[in-house]
Amino acid sequence: MTLAMLGEAWRAMGANRLRTFLTMLGMVIGVGAVVLMMSIGQGAQHAIKQSISAMGSNLFILLSGSTSSGGARSGSGGGYTLKVEDAEAIAGLSGVQAVAPIHSGSAQVVYGPNNWSTAIIGTTPSYLDARSWTVIAGNAFTDSDVRSATRVALIGQTSADNLFGDENPLGKTLRIRQSPFVIVGILASKGQGMDGRDQDDTLIIPLTTAQRQVFGSQFPGSVRMVMVQTTTQEVMPAVEKSMTGLLRQRHRIREGFDNDFYLRNLTAVADSAAESTRIMSMLLGAIASVSLLVGGIGIMNIMLVSVTERTREIGIRMAIGARERDILLQFLFEAIIISVIGCLIGLGLGVVAALLVESLTGTIVIISAGTGAVAFGVAAFVGIFFGFYPARKAARLDPIEALRYQ
Amino acid sequence: MVDAVIRIEHLYKSYATSAGEFPVLKDVNLTIASGDFVAIMGPSGSGKSTFMNILGCLDKPSGGTYRLDGRNVGELARDELAKLRNRTIGFVFQGFNLLPRMSLQDNVALPLIYCGIERETRRERARELLARVGLERYVDAMPNKISGGQQQRVAIARALVNHPSLILADEPTGNLDSHTGEEIMALFESLNREGITIVLVTHEADIAQHAQRQVHFLDGRIVRDHPTLQVGACV
Ligand SMILES: Nc1ncnc2c1ncn2[C@@H]1O[C@H](COP(=O)(O)OP(=O)(O)OP(=O)(O)O)[C@@H](O)[C@H]1O
Ligand SMILES: [Mg+2]
Repeated sequence: MTLAMLGEAWRAMGANRLRTFLTMLGMVIGVGAVVLMMSIGQGAQHAIKQSISAMGSNLFILLSGSTSSGGARSGSGGGYTLKVEDAEAIAGLSGVQAVAPIHSGSAQVVYGPNNWSTAIIGTTPSYLDARSWTVIAGNAFTDSDVRSATRVALIGQTSADNLFGDENPLGKTLRIRQSPFVIVGILASKGQGMDGRDQDDTLIIPLTTAQRQVFGSQFPGSVRMVMVQTTTQEVMPAVEKSMTGLLRQRHRIREGFDNDFYLRNLTAVADSAAESTRIMSMLLGAIASVSLLVGGIGIMNIMLVSVTERTREIGIRMAIGARERDILLQFLFEAIIISVIGCLIGLGLGVVAALLVESLTGTIVIISAGTGAVAFGVAAFVGIFFGFYPARKAARLDPIEALRYQ
Repeated sequence: MVDAVIRIEHLYKSYATSAGEFPVLKDVNLTIASGDFVAIMGPSGSGKSTFMNILGCLDKPSGGTYRLDGRNVGELARDELAKLRNRTIGFVFQGFNLLPRMSLQDNVALPLIYCGIERETRRERARELLARVGLERYVDAMPNKISGGQQQRVAIARALVNHPSLILADEPTGNLDSHTGEEIMALFESLNREGITIVLVTHEADIAQHAQRQVHFLDGRIVRDHPTLQVGACV
């Protein structure tokens, strides 16, 4: 019975292929756009999540602030107001997990005939904890290496590839600005950071070695940057407060005067970045859904035309015994078939387009079953919703009026 | 009369027009017995088609009662009327009214879809009836590929497919030449011999001769109702 109505619907669609196809096209484009947009959005969300977890969690960055010298103020991180002792004091605060003073820069590194300019991070072993960065071969340097300023280095994957090629860097000696360094460990790959830079293009060396032998700081014992990790995200506001109080006290800043350091909550920044990509991907989906809506209205439009055009046929069907629900089902099925087939084609095209975007631009796209299910559900809904009114209009026709229709 | 298929009492029908109510049928009374063959005649505009549409449950009267097989049609719901059109009545139109993009077989089988008969049975039954009207060779042809007379045979096959007890035909030969018209009438006669009640509208006295009874309409009333006189007899 119902199956027969499905057959009748199918037959009617076959009778006007071009129109059926054009109606379907609205659905194809709508669903294709939704799939493409959602895949790109989910890819972006995934990428952000990945770089956030690569960055490390519950992080503060302390930058030394401006020092006024004769009216000329240096920018943030410009001065050297932060002492290594400050970092040690912060480590004693409750809620603080790891503290790593950092002195970084970039330098030319030479190994045999190869040379490579890379980022050099001078820091303490707790830096690796703060950034949840692991050493996959060899060992991290220790606090005693920092105390005695030994010339050891941890090497990132990109730097290792460029300097050593297929060779195993472990135990090899390379030169940073003429000074020889022994590679004691190889870092796990971290990929792109939040700022888009390749985090694996780096060497990590003891802080003291960086200050005294590589960059030659005028202020040994001071740093521009300290990374602070808290135990949990919940304690971050409390730690921010106690850390600020501690530093103001240590730096003897009187009431009413500005801090001589900057404190940034990296986790909050990352969270807001994640939130904005989430909103962006929702927005993309919403915009694409509009085209789905337009496709649905197209179906309704064509179905209304079709009902008017086929009034006489409806009259004939009623004259030979079609009930209201037979006519309703026939037209409803027609709308549903159009939207469901349109949806399947749109799904296919959307997936192809998403893969094309991935291979052409290198953007990560994620095609999830959820996306497909959502698109399919929406298409079926659109078919029923926009098909119902025309179908009901057809079913409610008066048999004799419909038969008389020319 | 116990076995009256159609019993019509004080039937009125008027159309609402811009100039007010326009009466078309005025107090029509008619009883048709099972197995009868009735020709309805009358001048153009006398209300014959209007009457036939009411008989066929396609239209509703403005007043009076219509009993079909003893059931008061005026009290039936839309779906029950559809069921009557599907199983009890076979309607044959002047303009054939076949569905254009469907093979003859599918056209004939169409009424069976609406009573839930499965596909193979439908097709079998359609082929049987096409054979009955002499069109077994055209099972898969499209309606526009055959002549008017053949199309009317298909329409009759479609009207018969669900074993109706009543065939209603509004000027079934109106679009056909007299020879083809005679063939169609022969078909109706043989159906009538099998016990099917037939009511048909015609303008032509020759066609009406095939019926057993003639009912004349004039200006929305039945003015004459008599058995068909034998050809050659004088009035
Ligand atoms: N839907 C309608 N609305 C208004 N008036 C109508 C309608 N249908 C029929 N009529 C009028 O009713 C009258 C009877 O029409 P009907 O079609 O029943 O005549 P008929 O006897 O079948 O004529 P013909 O022999 O030409 O087919 C006509 O005057 C016609 O104008
Ligand atoms: Mg007429």
